[in-house]
Amino acid sequence: MATTKGVILVGGPSKGTRMRPLTLDCAKPLLPIAGKPMVWHPLASLAKMPGLTEVLIIGFYEDSVMAGFVKDAKREFPNIAISYLREYRPLGTAGGLYHFRDSILRPPCPQNIFICNIDICCSFPFQEMMDLHSKHRGVGTIMGVNVKRETATQYGCIVSDPSSLVVHYVEKPESWISNMVNGGVYLFDKSLFDEIKVAMDDKAARAAEDPLVQSDEMLRLEQDVIVPLAAARKMHVYETKDFWRQIKSAASAVSASSLYLSRFQKTHPELLAKPSATVLAPSYIDPSATIDPTAKIGPNVAIGPGVRVAAGVRVKDAIIFEGTSLEQHSCVLNSIVGQNCQIGPWARLDGVPEPEDNKGKISVTVLATEVTLAPETLVRSCIVLPNKTLSKSYASRVVL
Amino acid sequence: MPLPPTPSTRPQLGLSPFKYALILVGGFGTRLRPLTLSWPKPLVEFCNKLTMYSLHQIEALVKAGVKDIVLAVNYRPEVMVSVLKKSEEEFGINIHFSVETEPLGTAGPLALARDILGKDDTPFFVLNSDVTCTYPFEAFRDFHIAHGAEGSIMVTKVAEPSAYGVVVTKPGSTVIDRFVEKPVEFVGNRINAGIYMFNPSILNRIELRPTSIEKEIFPEIAADGQLHSYDLAGFWMDVGQPKDFILGTCLYLSHLTATHSPLLTDPAKNKWVYGGNVLVDPTAEIDPTAVLGPNVVIGPGVKIGAGVRLQRCVIMSNAVVRDHAWIANSIVGWNSNVGRWTRVENITVLGDDVTIKDELYVNGASVLPHKSISSSITEPRIVM
Repeated sequence: MATTKGVILVGGPSKGTRMRPLTLDCAKPLLPIAGKPMVWHPLASLAKMPGLTEVLIIGFYEDSVMAGFVKDAKREFPNIAISYLREYRPLGTAGGLYHFRDSILRPPCPQNIFICNIDICCSFPFQEMMDLHSKHRGVGTIMGVNVKRETATQYGCIVSDPSSLVVHYVEKPESWISNMVNGGVYLFDKSLFDEIKVAMDDKAARAAEDPLVQSDEMLRLEQDVIVPLAAARKMHVYETKDFWRQIKSAASAVSASSLYLSRFQKTHPELLAKPSATVLAPSYIDPSATIDPTAKIGPNVAIGPGVRVAAGVRVKDAIIFEGTSLEQHSCVLNSIVGQNCQIGPWARLDGVPEPEDNKGKISVTVLATEVTLAPETLVRSCIVLPNKTLSKSYASRVVL
Repeated sequence: MPLPPTPSTRPQLGLSPFKYALILVGGFGTRLRPLTLSWPKPLVEFCNKLTMYSLHQIEALVKAGVKDIVLAVNYRPEVMVSVLKKSEEEFGINIHFSVETEPLGTAGPLALARDILGKDDTPFFVLNSDVTCTYPFEAFRDFHIAHGAEGSIMVTKVAEPSAYGVVVTKPGSTVIDRFVEKPVEFVGNRINAGIYMFNPSILNRIELRPTSIEKEIFPEIAADGQLHSYDLAGFWMDVGQPKDFILGTCLYLSHLTATHSPLLTDPAKNKWVYGGNVLVDPTAEIDPTAVLGPNVVIGPGVKIGAGVRLQRCVIMSNAVVRDHAWIANSIVGWNSNVGRWTRVENITVLGDDVTIKDELYVNGASVLPHKSISSSITEPRIVM
């Protein structure tokens, strides 16, 4: 069996600003989604692929930020090598890959490389992509997803022929081209690095001729590599019919968490809390959390380590971060509660599910780290920054 | 329209010179909808008295010696007739329905009830049904006798008189000099409390047509120097709309607390009472883990679940508030059901038999009878 490797592109602190305020205190790849760090989900799927020997996580977070996760992951997935490669300056998605080409191609040299972006929540159909990839002679296979016509132009749009060959690719077109978009998960032949080299040379040549083109080492996978590959008929697309979602905003973490929790029912039932009259599936409850038997949890709830849930509490469609305390009869719906928050008795945190096309309005309520909510207050569709004490009710606003 | 003679109600000229009163009930009570869609306004219970202000008023009038009470109404619902029939028997009084075929305003009903009010020369009371206060009718009666003039008006002090008609008296006297409607400049802070006492001679000033007693009759009597003002002590509230109904309830409960009324639930004996002013019908079931108060009225047959939190609200008969619900500044109508972990606030009024599903947020909703609400109402609105 040919060797494969996986690369997860996690970006860095200057990215993920749309995940604020959660990313003020926690690196985006480590945000808990369905009880696991965001980066764990693609990693766990990659670790199951036969022939996969190594996963490289590439980003520009400091090594110390990712070290703990990498250490835990090595223990959890002992069959594969796992490492974090730090970019010292943003090189663009393709630039970063090229920069670390020697590490990626280090023996055992992979025939194929899976690449995924951190902000994708899906079922990671790596095996299906591999099956398709083996049948064609292209350089790469993109995971394609069908989205609603109204939202398609926000993504990389793909036009393919019936044999799965990509005949046209446009990143975020101004007008509608197709409903099939780039799902942010790729499988490339190792010749990808030759293609990136060509793209870099092309860009340098254009920069030399045209004084308006900035010469830098930023090279983007989509615009600078996939676009010419598609034009050269070297890309194929595997269309997934399974769930798919971008995790771009803090609000989308709730939907992503729900989707992963549902998926755990099939893939990792042992991770989920045992359903009962007061625990509705699917829910994740960290073993170190204490839950009063009269509290009602779920569905679609992820409760972190050391969380205390008092009598008569209700939690639904929510993520509760480590160390938070929900006092008696409080109610948390469609919300994210950051680390070490204190939710007073009969306080209510409430939001609306994240809409598909979220323009400006706050949907899900997000409390950042160490926010205290006075008893009986209502915080509805708000984003609350860290270390705030709220003694009255708030609705539809950012609390600085 | 003359009233049909009621055989048993022939007044007997007895010792008490005060036997007659007229309560201005008026129309359909639209301001208190959706409650008044299910029951005529006088039957909407106020602080657990089966009939609203009128029973509080009737009790107080009976105490002051009144034997014949005229209810001036625009319509006569049978249910009201049967309920008040019971009051007639209970108090040994006569209640007459004086039905207007067209709205006669605040003075016209007096002319319509002339047969009763003008039967002899004893003074009579006139009350607006929407007014709640301590009803000091005996002291008011004594005041009226003492000055001997044609009319007396109860007045109450308000902080912001500019929204009302202000009563101005002659210096150093209770004689009313004039009325100033919605004064721009401060002329005084005593306003008409809607409770009067008149000699029957006032009937000569009123014709049987739509007439305003405040605008047309009072200035005329005042011009003759025949109208006196009586300072009402204690609380006063026009409870004709939900916001004021809740405020009036709070005032009445505070009055009960101030008078050490045994009707109130004792916080010392019931750990679930918080802050006092809690009135609970003995037939209601309250879970001991609930926390009620301040200012809560619980009607007969109501069930309050575990971990429920209530404040400044009225829960009417046979309603159910399920576990961990939170209600403030609202009225939950008869037979309604508020779901678990539901939050209801901001002058929400649930009509008869309304169901709010679990975990919802209801903000300032007016919900018509027999509705079932299954998604949150985040901004004040009417649910038809």
